[in-house]
Formats: sequence, C-alpha cells, structure tokens
Amino acid sequence: MKRFFLVPVLALLLSGCSSNWGWYVVNPSTKAGWTNLSFLLSGLKYTVALSLTAIVISVTLGLLVALPGLSSNRWLRGASRGYVELVRAVPILVMILWVYYGLPQLTGLTIGVFWAGVIALALSDSAFEAEIFRAGIQSIAKGQYEAAYSVSLGYGDTMRYVILPQAIRRILPALGNQLVYMLKMSSLVSVIGMQELTRKANELVVTEYRPLEIYTILVLEYLALILVVSAGVRWLERRMQTDERA
Amino acid sequence: MDTAHEAPIITFSGVSKFYGDFQVLKNIDFSARAGERIVICGPSGSGKSTLIRCINGLEAHQSGTITVDGIRLGADAASTRKVRSEVGMVFQQFNLFPHLTVIENLMLGPVRARGMSRPAARDLAMRYLNRVRIPEQAEKYPRQLSGGQQQRVAIARSLCMEPRIMLFDEPTSALDPEMINEVLDVMVELAGTGMTMIVVTHEMGFARKVADRMVFMDHGEIVEVAPPAEFFTAPKSRRCQDFLQKILNH
Repeated sequence: MKRFFLVPVLALLLSGCSSNWGWYVVNPSTKAGWTNLSFLLSGLKYTVALSLTAIVISVTLGLLVALPGLSSNRWLRGASRGYVELVRAVPILVMILWVYYGLPQLTGLTIGVFWAGVIALALSDSAFEAEIFRAGIQSIAKGQYEAAYSVSLGYGDTMRYVILPQAIRRILPALGNQLVYMLKMSSLVSVIGMQELTRKANELVVTEYRPLEIYTILVLEYLALILVVSAGVRWLERRMQTDERA
Repeated sequence: MDTAHEAPIITFSGVSKFYGDFQVLKNIDFSARAGERIVICGPSGSGKSTLIRCINGLEAHQSGTITVDGIRLGADAASTRKVRSEVGMVFQQFNLFPHLTVIENLMLGPVRARGMSRPAARDLAMRYLNRVRIPEQAEKYPRQLSGGQQQRVAIARSLCMEPRIMLFDEPTSALDPEMINEVLDVMVELAGTGMTMIVVTHEMGFARKVADRMVFMDHGEIVEVAPPAEFFTAPKSRRCQDFLQKILNH
C-alpha cells in the first residue's frame, strides 16, 4: 500500500508543471527554452578545450618533474620533491586567482582567462601527475633497465622505448582519473569569467531564477562528458593490454 | 695470469667493490683472451654475478681498473656505452621486454643503438632467431613463450648487437629442468663459433664440455683458476674441494 504514495510523488517530481519543477525554462520545443538550452550547451566546447589543453600540459610537466625525482642525484631529487610539495599545497581555486590576478603583476604580461585557466589547472594537476608517473616508473623491475643498457641503449632511449611504455600501461587508470578530475575542476575557472559550462549556468540562473532545472542540466552535462571520457579510457586500456596478452 | 701472446680482451686489475661497508669484490686480478670460454662458479654471495656485471658496467667498482676491448670502464658514460655495444649479456630472469614482440625485442638495440634501418635490423633479427631455432615465434609476445624459449630469445637479442663478448649470469637457474638443455645447446653452439664467453653457472656438465678455464670464487675473491680437467679432478684449495663436493655429489 505504501508504494502507492510513491506514484504521485514521482509524477510530481518528473512532471514539468509541478510547483517544484519548471522544465519550461529549458524546453527545446519552445523558442525561449531552446535558446536557454543552447546557451547552456555552448559552454561545452570551452570546458573541453580548457580541460584537454590543461591535461596535455600537466601530463608533460608531470613527467618532466617525475624523471629528476628518480635520479641518483640528490639535488635533482630535492628539486622535484620541492615542486611537488609546493604545488600540491595550493588549492586549485587559489591557484586560479593567483595566476589570473597575481602573475600579470609579477611578469608584466596580461593573460586571457582561457590561458590563465589552462596554466592554473595544468600547474595544480602536474604535481599529481608527477607522483603518478613516479609510482608507475618505480614499479618497473630493475632488470628491464639492465636489459636495455646491455643492448647499449642510453638513458633517453631506455625510458622512451622500454620503461615508459610499460609504466604508462600500468598508470592508465590513474591518468584517466586525473582527466575526469580536470574536467570537474575546470568549473572553478568560471570565477574569473571563463565562459565554460558552469559560468553559463550561473549566468542563466541570474536571469531565469530556475536554479533547480538549470543546475540539474549542468550536472547532466558533466555526467555525460565524464561517461564519454571513462569509456574512452577503458577502451584505451583494453587496446593496450591485448597487445601483451593476445 | 694467462701467458698467451695476444693482449687480453678483458682485464681486471686490483678491482674492489663495496656495498656500504661490505666488500663484495676483493682486489680482483683477472683477464680473458679473445675467444676464451670461462666458467665462473662458487657459492651464492661469493661475488661471481657482481664480477661479470662489472664487465659491462651494470655495477660500478670503487677501486682498481677494468679494461674491456681496450676501453677503460667507468671513465665516462660514452665509454660505458661503447663497452656495452661490444658486450652482450644474458640474465637469469631473461629480462625480455614484455610490451614488445620477440622480433621487436631483437630489433630495439640494432635500430636505436647501432642506427640500423628497420628492414636491415629485421633481417639480422630473423637470422639470429633461426640460429636459436625459434624463427616461428617472431611475432609472439614473450609471455606466450616457455622459459627455455624466452631465454633463447634473450640470447638472440644479445647476439643481434654482434658483440665480441657474451656474459651469461646463471642463464639456466630460473628454468624448469626439462628446458635447461635447449638453452645449453644454444650456448655450446655459440662456444663453437669462437665467441668470448664468460658464464656464471652451476651446470658442471656444460663447464666440462666448453670451458677453457674454470674460475672458483668465494667471499669476493678468486680462489682458484684452472683448466676443467685439473679443476674437477684435483682442486687445490680446501674451499673449492668443499664446494665441488656439494654440487657434484647429490
């Protein structure tokens, strides 16, 4: 009997005309709704461009920080460690504010919101990428280096052809995780006016006063984006593993 | 140590090595002529693996000098790489590259270190895969092969660098018994080509068959050096007698 109470509750929640929900605001069959919806979706390309650019830079930077961290030279190790500890301690929002408002004063160069966002996200994430690379590289057996050195490969070739291909396979799930994290953290760049998904939603809420519907759409946008990324990473993992196991 | 007229291809003089306070190699004097086959044996922890790992610079030494094919080791990175292109090494655990196919394992050194073109390296690799009698495994990944096959791939990988010296660090110790012979056969065949070989092994049948000289090590020292006939029948030192007793009578 109790279950019957759920029916009207669900109907109330799902129907666009209940007093709680006002889906008309993003109803694509009306002109105004369609305009609002396309306005919300127009942030997508900035979120994607921002996150992808930042992740490419942060992975590269992370690797460049991780390698000296594995050196036998204690000064190189110290520099790598110092970078990780310092950068990891700065909250992402603080990093965004510092890069956008602070860095131009320091360098005399003005940076647009997009590149300020990219730099801040990439810097913040690079410390984590460095730790992931360090763990991955350390997991490769010493014998692999010895075999590579024995066929006269130098350090660079040994890393590039022997160690990193194996390490990257192992850390792929963690790298995928960071990409998901990056997509989510890119929402913080809205505070400096970057016209990405979250900023668009905030702007629309101010004019339409329908935060529930608009932020629900925002949640769904991130969900869709991240499901696509997850599927991509899993596909990549499978492809790289069949290489070895076929 | 040896009285041959030709200059030795490997020379250790007064070589010592430490791990912290522990001395693994104690003032080693040793040399090998080109084409010579030397088997090193001794109890575990005697420094025999460390000794051969010094020959291609996988281990650094703290005092004394090691010269390989006229190049002094430890001077700089370039000379170490030069030595490594002349010296092949086969490991107990094979150490094949698991993410590369057999043929790619063989081609990596020639392409990246010797600057060979990929087609030329492929031909070379197939030649050596034929020599270790597993050309049909070229496109497989290491984990699809048996231990014996993996070790033969590892031997072929070293030979692809066309080295003047081959080092073997207990090449059959990680193998199942039924696979030991297929690896030893390849090594015996290699010995027949005049390759300089330094082999750390407890396979005494192999040693009797191919060794020109036996080297017995204990506690970081070379205790005894003798031709196999003499070494197995009339070992001079007490330590060597004890060791042979243990490994030959079981």
